[in-house]
Amino acid sequence: MSNQALLEVKELKQYFPIKGGVFGRTVNHVKAVDDISFTVNEGETVSIVGESGCGKSTTGRAILRLDNPYSGNVLFEGEDLISLSKAQMRKKRKDLQIIFQDPYASLNPRQTVSQILEEAMEIQSVVPRKDRRKKIQELLETVGIGAHQMDRYPHEFSGGQRQRIGIARALSVNPKLIVCDEAVSALDVSIQAQVLNLLKDLQRQFKLTYLFISHDLGVVRHISDRIIVMYLGKIVEIADKKALFDDPKHPYTQALLSAIPSTNIAEKKERIILKGDVPSPIDPPVGCRFHTRCPYAFERCAVEEPKLMNVGNGGFQQVACHLMDEQAK
Amino acid sequence: MNLTKEDKILEVKNLCTSFFTDEGEVKAVDGVDLSIEKGKTLGIVGESGSGKSITSLSILRLLQEPAGRIKEGEVIFKGEDLVKKTKKQMREIRGNNISMIFQEPMTSLNPTLTCGEQIAESIRIHQKLNKKKAWAKAVDMLKLVGIPSPEKRAKQYPFELSGGMRQRVMIAISLACNPELLIADEPTTALDVTIQAQILELIKNLQKELGTSLMIITHDLGVVAEMCDKVAVMYCGKVVEYADVKTIFTNPKHPYTIGLLNSVPKHDEDVEGDLSIIPGSVPNPFHLPEGCRFAPRCPHAKEICLTKLPHLEETFDGDKVRCWIHSEEWEKQGKAVNAHE
Repeated sequence: MSNQALLEVKELKQYFPIKGGVFGRTVNHVKAVDDISFTVNEGETVSIVGESGCGKSTTGRAILRLDNPYSGNVLFEGEDLISLSKAQMRKKRKDLQIIFQDPYASLNPRQTVSQILEEAMEIQSVVPRKDRRKKIQELLETVGIGAHQMDRYPHEFSGGQRQRIGIARALSVNPKLIVCDEAVSALDVSIQAQVLNLLKDLQRQFKLTYLFISHDLGVVRHISDRIIVMYLGKIVEIADKKALFDDPKHPYTQALLSAIPSTNIAEKKERIILKGDVPSPIDPPVGCRFHTRCPYAFERCAVEEPKLMNVGNGGFQQVACHLMDEQAK
Repeated sequence: MNLTKEDKILEVKNLCTSFFTDEGEVKAVDGVDLSIEKGKTLGIVGESGSGKSITSLSILRLLQEPAGRIKEGEVIFKGEDLVKKTKKQMREIRGNNISMIFQEPMTSLNPTLTCGEQIAESIRIHQKLNKKKAWAKAVDMLKLVGIPSPEKRAKQYPFELSGGMRQRVMIAISLACNPELLIADEPTTALDVTIQAQILELIKNLQKELGTSLMIITHDLGVVAEMCDKVAVMYCGKVVEYADVKTIFTNPKHPYTIGLLNSVPKHDEDVEGDLSIIPGSVPNPFHLPEGCRFAPRCPHAKEICLTKLPHLEETFDGDKVRCWIHSEEWEKQGKAVNAHE
């Protein structure tokens, strides 16, 4: 791991228009991601966690420009991806790949595994045609699928194997950054563990950088170096793994961690149960977006939006919460 | 623990449910024995295809017939065998004596009826109350499951509610007739963790208040640890381990249970290096292994495991395990056959 920034996301906003009325005018916006900034260093695994609708997947898609962002900058090795033309971006995706959640839906059922992998190589012209078959064999062996299965169709594989094919496809163009969007969420635990170990192995082998999007804090703790916690389109906390799990500062992070049912029966912890539901991202609450459910909210939270500020003693930890200010005083 | 019959609300004996397809028979549930004590909670855990949901559907006779059929076995509920009941008798039991909460609150609620009507419907049918009284009871139920402004919510349709709210409505429907047994099939799997915590807390409190017995089907070991008194671990249609929740988590004995527990990444514990895994994958249901079904993936498997199916035997601490390791024959066996790293 180095401290060289590979990916810098600056003030990224993703608003989806809501059309309405007779003329189909934009009447409002879903503010899926609302002004977030973070950096991913080379060789690092940064995770984004949060509940449904917090904007974690939208962030991943916006970085790869699968949906063009509303505003903001995405710098990859110092180059702004947002200013690239469509054709340039397509070439650039050689360096940025994505693995999707649903291994059933993300592979073309009419293509064999070798065709799926070859298509990626052809588009990015990374491997000369005559060497492709050999490369495909290597790739499949790397992800733990026998090379003799390369001419089979996706439906002939199990869920775990399909996810391995998805990983092989991402690797086929020798990327630098892989966005894993809930890459293991659809798998059973015993298979999930196999795929997580594979991802870790590949990272060591190919010096990959991961942006890992997940709702499962157990998985995140296992794989990440740094963790971003999102709530309703905003980052509420970014911290090194150790700091986040040992000493979470944001009330939302604390609640999230305490809400997970633990398999540790010996130690029963007091649980923080949040009241109510996540508010709508169309009209998010003014001030701190979490204040409607926060057990510690005070007047200021409903008026002023908290900014991310450094709180780490030694390690890296940033929190967006007015309580930090109050405690400092 | 010697229990008389009266302490058990439900007893499943040698339940076998199969699906008959063009490609052959799938033994989804193959000789399952279970029981639930009054007021207690039984958890059934297992991965996809282990037969946990089919077990619960068989108990309530909700299988898609004629493809799925109970081939053998008894489901004794309050001394009576549900397998022998007629369709009409089952209808009287469902929702009244035994009810069920499903995983997907959106697809299991009727989108064309208001939440209040859906709750009132089962009250009207089973308790023979008039419309007005049933409606009032429905509103009470919504209040009980912690829905704010229940009078207003009762008049709303499911699409107007969030996922957590819908699951609360499901719970209200299932508890409306005060059933003795509640079967919850992955009740919180579709929900976010903070909402899951709310729903689990709600189910726990209502169980305490109403004295309902509970059967929870889940793949999430955390939920089991949180909610259950007893646990049955299923693999390929069979119960492989059946024990107290404490024993399952502190002293698991079946290699599959152990493997499963070790492969869960923990959020409250650091694991150095790689996660331990269970090699391979679940066998094809059309070609199940002849001996122990876990043998092809088991690190300890010996010759006998590949040829003979072990029974569910009680061990020294009352834990029931389906594994040759705990039998006397084990010592006489040769070397392990699976050379996994």
